[in-house]
Amino acid sequence: MPMCVRWSALVVALAVLWAHPSAFQTPGQRAQPSEIELSIAGDSGTPPRFAVPAFIAGGSDAAEAARVLGDVLWDDLAFEREFYLIPRDTYSSIPVARTPDQVPFTAWRELGADGVLFGSVQRTGTTLRVEIRLFNIRTRQSVFAREYSGPAANPRGLAHAAADELHQQQRALRGVARTRIAFTSDRNREKVAGTTENRDVKEVYFADYDGFNPRRITVDRQLNITPVWAPDGRAIAYTSYRRGFPDIFIIRPFEGTSSNPTAGNGSSFLPSYSPDGKRLAFMSSRDGNPEIYVMNVDGSGIRRLTNHPSSDVTPTWSPTGTEIAFTSDRAGTPQIYIMSAEGTGAPRRISLNESYADRPTWSPPPFNEIAFAARSGPGYDIKVYDVAGGQTRQITFGEGTNESPAFAPNGRHLAFTSTRAGHVQVFTIARDGKEVRQITREGNNYTPSWSN
Amino acid sequence: MQTLTMSFRGLAGRLALTAGLTAACGGKTPPETPQPAPTAAEVAAPAPALAPAPGPQPARDPLPVPPQPVVDDRVSSKSLDDLNRDSPFKPVFFGYDSAELDDTAQQVAQANAGVLRTNRSWVVTVEGHSDERGTAEYNLALGERRAASVKAYLVSLGVAADRVRVVSYGKEFPFDPGHDEAAWARNRRGHFVVTAK
Repeated sequence: MPMCVRWSALVVALAVLWAHPSAFQTPGQRAQPSEIELSIAGDSGTPPRFAVPAFIAGGSDAAEAARVLGDVLWDDLAFEREFYLIPRDTYSSIPVARTPDQVPFTAWRELGADGVLFGSVQRTGTTLRVEIRLFNIRTRQSVFAREYSGPAANPRGLAHAAADELHQQQRALRGVARTRIAFTSDRNREKVAGTTENRDVKEVYFADYDGFNPRRITVDRQLNITPVWAPDGRAIAYTSYRRGFPDIFIIRPFEGTSSNPTAGNGSSFLPSYSPDGKRLAFMSSRDGNPEIYVMNVDGSGIRRLTNHPSSDVTPTWSPTGTEIAFTSDRAGTPQIYIMSAEGTGAPRRISLNESYADRPTWSPPPFNEIAFAARSGPGYDIKVYDVAGGQTRQITFGEGTNESPAFAPNGRHLAFTSTRAGHVQVFTIARDGKEVRQITREGNNYTPSWSN
Repeated sequence: MQTLTMSFRGLAGRLALTAGLTAACGGKTPPETPQPAPTAAEVAAPAPALAPAPGPQPARDPLPVPPQPVVDDRVSSKSLDDLNRDSPFKPVFFGYDSAELDDTAQQVAQANAGVLRTNRSWVVTVEGHSDERGTAEYNLALGERRAASVKAYLVSLGVAADRVRVVSYGKEFPFDPGHDEAAWARNRRGHFVVTAK
């Protein structure tokens, strides 16, 4: 069920909902606030300090939703680290305002808050309505006032929508709170039928970016691996053994349809969408050796890009769609190379000091980076190569083995798999290596892909 | 069904011998004969080489029954799952990050080629597997090359290429769940599965 976002106008529309709007505007500030005024700045280049008191429930039937909404919005804002969120226990004594004229600006200012974010939640039947308001403590102005409504079954979705809009309005940042992470999992404990071996089924799932609301989207009862989101976030391409050999399928989970573009012409693995969503690069051994191919998403126009007796595997497109990074063991060990998306010219190797490197993943703009898994001791760690500068930095450091990096659509985080918490689980990590969050907990979970 | 299975009588007997599955054949009524009841091995193994020595008496007169039990046209029904569970094929093992067949691997592949020569109707899939130490993605290619390498060797020994399919499972399905050198060695393998017979 789509979420309804009603765009209240900013300050002016508040008059309808709030008792005494004029109380928030000193005579000198009656002019319509500009974009610049709406954005709350911190002191001398530090992140703005926000207070986010627990959300108010309008009635006991909204209490749980209010708690969830407040916590989720907090987590969403903390995720991007654009705001310093003042710990709640330091302002538990400051009364939460139910009307604007009750906002104790002086108390918030003494706390050192640059902004304070209020939320109130109403429930009507199966619908939740939440009003979210952000005040600039210095100017005593309301700078963000919006109402969201959606199904009561998913209060998290309302918080995610608010978080994305707050990031956009306050920081000109495209947030990822409404994005999803696809992965493959053996959590349902089914076994592959028709073999004498004890083989676990893997099915494709996706969850919200924070791991909540996991949904199973394949029911093949087979091995399904390496799912990737289409750029429009409406389709997932993956490798499935549903017919006894690896082949590429595309499932459109919201429409309940699927297709098989490679159509059984030899083994095909590891699909990767071009940035425009029109083509897939993939690995196939249809000509006898693992090579990189491209095709249109309908399976037409298949073309081979590599021609080398070694293994060429794991393609990923540059954000412009003009280059493809991939793994090859043509130098004796698996290493990362970049070639033109036409396959012309000699690939250039970018992993120069690794004993083993695989799963390159090219970042979206504005960054121009390639993340990969590099052997590090007995396992792997995630490293990030700066394409323009040529430097490589490491962002995980030997906590379990860390593989299969995938960038968030704004490039500020990566999803990856790690054994650091036992089993194989999907985690997210900021691009500087901080803020590790575990997002799967059930079974083993592999090869994440982050939606746009 | 009858025609198909009948034509594999010899195969069935051989398999029953290998697997010791005489019980599967013994459920039918034994051939009616006044001669001493055939041993289980005789029933299960109709091959002439296992026929008992002729009796000592000259026996010129026609006998009411042949001196040897008539081999019944009984059918051994065995599913591909049963066959693969007790496979006549041996896995071909590989070195770390290698798709080359060493001497030992070649000997195993030769023996497997012999099984294919004996069972001319069988079609096999060679599964390429890897140990857990490589990355999931690269291991898909490594498994592919291992399976292809086994197939190429079988073809060089005269096995028809269309009787051998290849599939890579990378590190998805380890045989040995262990995390030591012994487990890894068992998991770097080309695994033969009979997919048609």
